[in-house]
Amino acid sequence: MIIGYRNMKRIQHQSTVLACYVLAAIFFFPIFWMVLTSLKTELQAISVPPLFFFEPTLENFSIVQERSDYYHYAINSIITSFGATLLALVIAIPSAYSMAFFPGRFTKDILLGMLSTKMLPAVGVLMPIYLISQWMGLLDTRIVLVFIFAMMNLPIIMWLLFSYFKEIPRAILEAGRMDGANTMNELRHIVLPLSWGGVASAGLLSIVLCWNEAFWSINLTAGDAGTLTALVASYASPEGLFWSKLSAVSTLACAPIVVFGWFCQKQLVQGLTFGAVK
Amino acid sequence: MKNLKILAGSVMLAVASSAAVQAGELTIATVNNGHMITMQGLTSHFEAANPGVTVNWVTLEEGTLRQRVTTDIATKGGQFDVMTIGMYEAPMWGAKGWLNELDFDASYDVDDLLPAMRGGLSHDGKLYAAPFYGESSMIMYRKDLLDAAGMSMPDNPTWGHVQDAAAAMTGDGVYGICLRGKPGWGDNMAFLTTMANSFGAKWFDEDWRPALDSAAWNHAVTFYVDLLTKYGPPGSSGNSFNEILALINEGKCGMWIDATIAASFVSDPSQSKVANVIAYAQSPVAVTSRGANWLWAWALAVPAGTAQADDAEKFVQWATSKDYINLVGNEIGWGNVPTGTRSSTYDNYNFLAAANFAEAEMKAILSANPSNSTQDPTPYQGVQFAAIPEFQAIGAAVGQQMSAALAGKISVEEALANSQNIADREMKKAGYY
Amino acid sequence: MKFSFAKLLQAPSIILLLLWMIVPLSMTLYFSFMRYNLLYPERTGFDGLLNYNFFLTDPALYDSIVNSLTLVGSIIVISVVFGLSIALLLQNAFRGRGIVRVMLISPFFIMPTVNALLWKNMFMNPVYGLFAFISGIFGWPVIDWMADFPLLSIIIMLSWQWTPFALLIFMTSLQSMDKEQVEAAEIEGAGFWSKFYYLTLPHLSRAIAVVVMIQAIFHLSIFAEIFVTTGGGPGYMSTNTTFLIFSQALLQFDVGVASAGGVFAIVVANIIAFFLIKTVAKGMAK
Repeated sequence: MIIGYRNMKRIQHQSTVLACYVLAAIFFFPIFWMVLTSLKTELQAISVPPLFFFEPTLENFSIVQERSDYYHYAINSIITSFGATLLALVIAIPSAYSMAFFPGRFTKDILLGMLSTKMLPAVGVLMPIYLISQWMGLLDTRIVLVFIFAMMNLPIIMWLLFSYFKEIPRAILEAGRMDGANTMNELRHIVLPLSWGGVASAGLLSIVLCWNEAFWSINLTAGDAGTLTALVASYASPEGLFWSKLSAVSTLACAPIVVFGWFCQKQLVQGLTFGAVK
Repeated sequence: MKNLKILAGSVMLAVASSAAVQAGELTIATVNNGHMITMQGLTSHFEAANPGVTVNWVTLEEGTLRQRVTTDIATKGGQFDVMTIGMYEAPMWGAKGWLNELDFDASYDVDDLLPAMRGGLSHDGKLYAAPFYGESSMIMYRKDLLDAAGMSMPDNPTWGHVQDAAAAMTGDGVYGICLRGKPGWGDNMAFLTTMANSFGAKWFDEDWRPALDSAAWNHAVTFYVDLLTKYGPPGSSGNSFNEILALINEGKCGMWIDATIAASFVSDPSQSKVANVIAYAQSPVAVTSRGANWLWAWALAVPAGTAQADDAEKFVQWATSKDYINLVGNEIGWGNVPTGTRSSTYDNYNFLAAANFAEAEMKAILSANPSNSTQDPTPYQGVQFAAIPEFQAIGAAVGQQMSAALAGKISVEEALANSQNIADREMKKAGYY
Repeated sequence: MKFSFAKLLQAPSIILLLLWMIVPLSMTLYFSFMRYNLLYPERTGFDGLLNYNFFLTDPALYDSIVNSLTLVGSIIVISVVFGLSIALLLQNAFRGRGIVRVMLISPFFIMPTVNALLWKNMFMNPVYGLFAFISGIFGWPVIDWMADFPLLSIIIMLSWQWTPFALLIFMTSLQSMDKEQVEAAEIEGAGFWSKFYYLTLPHLSRAIAVVVMIQAIFHLSIFAEIFVTTGGGPGYMSTNTTFLIFSQALLQFDVGVASAGGVFAIVVANIIAFFLIKTVAKGMAK
């Protein structure tokens, strides 16, 4: 063959890398465009043809700062997302562990039953939940949001953790048990460290889903417990151009979570060496 | 592990510490429109004049706002002390006793309120919501393009003339006329209802039976679809107020028939490329001018049973008073005052000087009458809607049909037949007949 | 005994989720048989099956079911295929892989409504959108996305947002693949497709099942994107069952019909879940 094996491998590798760069650019482009729009005036945002080069302005960000209390909403978002995720993880980890390593006859049914709690669309159940929250005096509180978010994401976290726990080779667990580990120790010292990438990704997903959750946070809060999604939604104006302002507030709303995600992605892909069994 | 415990503990503590509502704190639900934002910015003046009262604003998107305040007031949730509602809700809720009657002192000069506004927000002669700003609809057109085509626009044009003007202005990247098409009872249906009214159509006859299969509706919708297909921009079936505002500010539309508040945006050089060449005229008519232009007001109301009724009423009085209008004029600019509520605004020299659309706007608002908006007598109130609870769902579904007709997916006949069917179903279910 | 203690660990999650399911579900069931409209609080009483009758005789029902299924099916297929392909591309390390990863996952961090508004106005608008601009450069005809391809537009928006979800899960799952097995196979001379079919795919089967199940449930209740962009139109072309519940029940505050619609949605979701279990997720609990 004229092209040697090594060269062929190299070309394959290079084209893979190129493909990755191109795909990343494509996927990221809308966000890039959004950030760009946040630096334009309203008139520039709607110009025909779309502007790539223009004089950037920070006026939208200062409008957002003036008009609304960004920090108040941001703190609410942080508390509800992290609180709900923590709650869900605390409940889900032991549960998924038990289901993964001590499966019973009903394990599959239980898992399916959990998913069915998500089958009722939120619009259909808005009234009952609103009425219950009102009756319990929990409207516009962070507690109700934390609880609802945790319950919403619990099935997903359970399924993900179950799936990741299942991937741990039995050999390691048996080795641990032979060394005398009981259930709690096994969970803490063997299972969790080994599946930390999985736990971290489930946690990250939950945080993101809570952060972006708009339906409940808009319908059940009135300013005290409002999260960033409520803030962003408040910028959608029925009569008046709002796209660059919306882009600005949106950039401010997802910046924290993108930064957080960037730090997490190192955790997610921690190298796992199951060769350690030997 | 220990760090995790500390983290968990502090999160739980943070969650548990939800702020309680302070006495003297007013929670106000509002929509994100320019005038409301201005009002939020000027709240400190109210708080200074009323020590001990603080204002907590909750801004929501229009559909969500309507949903939340209706749910709150119907379930007596008590979440809000002042609500921003429209001409659609006010008479209905006033009749149900859900709102406090507004009884202001003489300094408020309640007779200064424009009669149509006052009437549209009252029930049985009692005022249940104070108008914050009002709007009607009118034509905004590019005078430069029309002049170049050798045509002019009379103050009360007919639809035929509008069509000719649109034809003359189309070309060279400009679309002769831009109209709403996005499905929604307050979106495309608001506009289409006024157009249909001017063609002599109505929503319901005197027995509350839907009248969407009438010849008048057919004429109106056929004309609409035809007009936009020939002279309108692509994507019309998804265009709402903001999309068209973007188009016209970019110089892509020859004419736009929409809310009078649009005038303040299209004539603002900081966001419009055509600020200096826009002129105004009244909404076009076909067979009657009744109901040809709509009437809408965003108003402030106090739900019955709220704990801070006195403070809430004080706020409503402040925000809709002559003093407030003067405040905005002096602090922000006379082109930005909330209009369409009081006669005195239109006598104000400063305002007339700052806003070249003032006269057209006033004419439009004065000519709209929610109690007399159709050629034939009808049992419902409202110009561009029928003030019955079922209207939102009916309007939404009919709006979808009209949008489909505009997009060329179904014929106008089919769209109207479907709409008639939908309306009939809903009215039967609600027990009207 | 260690065995039953382990089983006990499952209890909190099961109990809580049971509560979370039973309370709203029973309220919904109850309301679905009652006449309850927020705007007519004086009209109450047992209504029998009238709410169901009203909801199920809606002319839009058939279209909404078809649209719901189309949405769910298309988004899942697109996100799984793309997610898998990209995860495989990212398997081997290269310079800048960390940044590439974050860029690829970033769409999932954007709020759904912002996502929808961005796509509708900044990209898909036939006059001032970016796609129109690009079509103009290449001389392609300008597409009116919202009018001619409303469902496809929504599918595109949502696939863009959810492919990162699938990608994230596949990426994490691929990490735990046994590298020694792969090397052994390569030494034996296995090509890319054999490796993929006999090693990678079985290993990922559970992750794929999880992604499919979770996304199926999520996408059945898509609402915000439709509300903000097409309003369900033109006609019923982009109305799904959730939007139908909203526009025909919630908009007029009819809790009875909304609840009937909710029960209907659960039935549909269960049928789909049952079908999916039999095909995709059979090996889940092995």
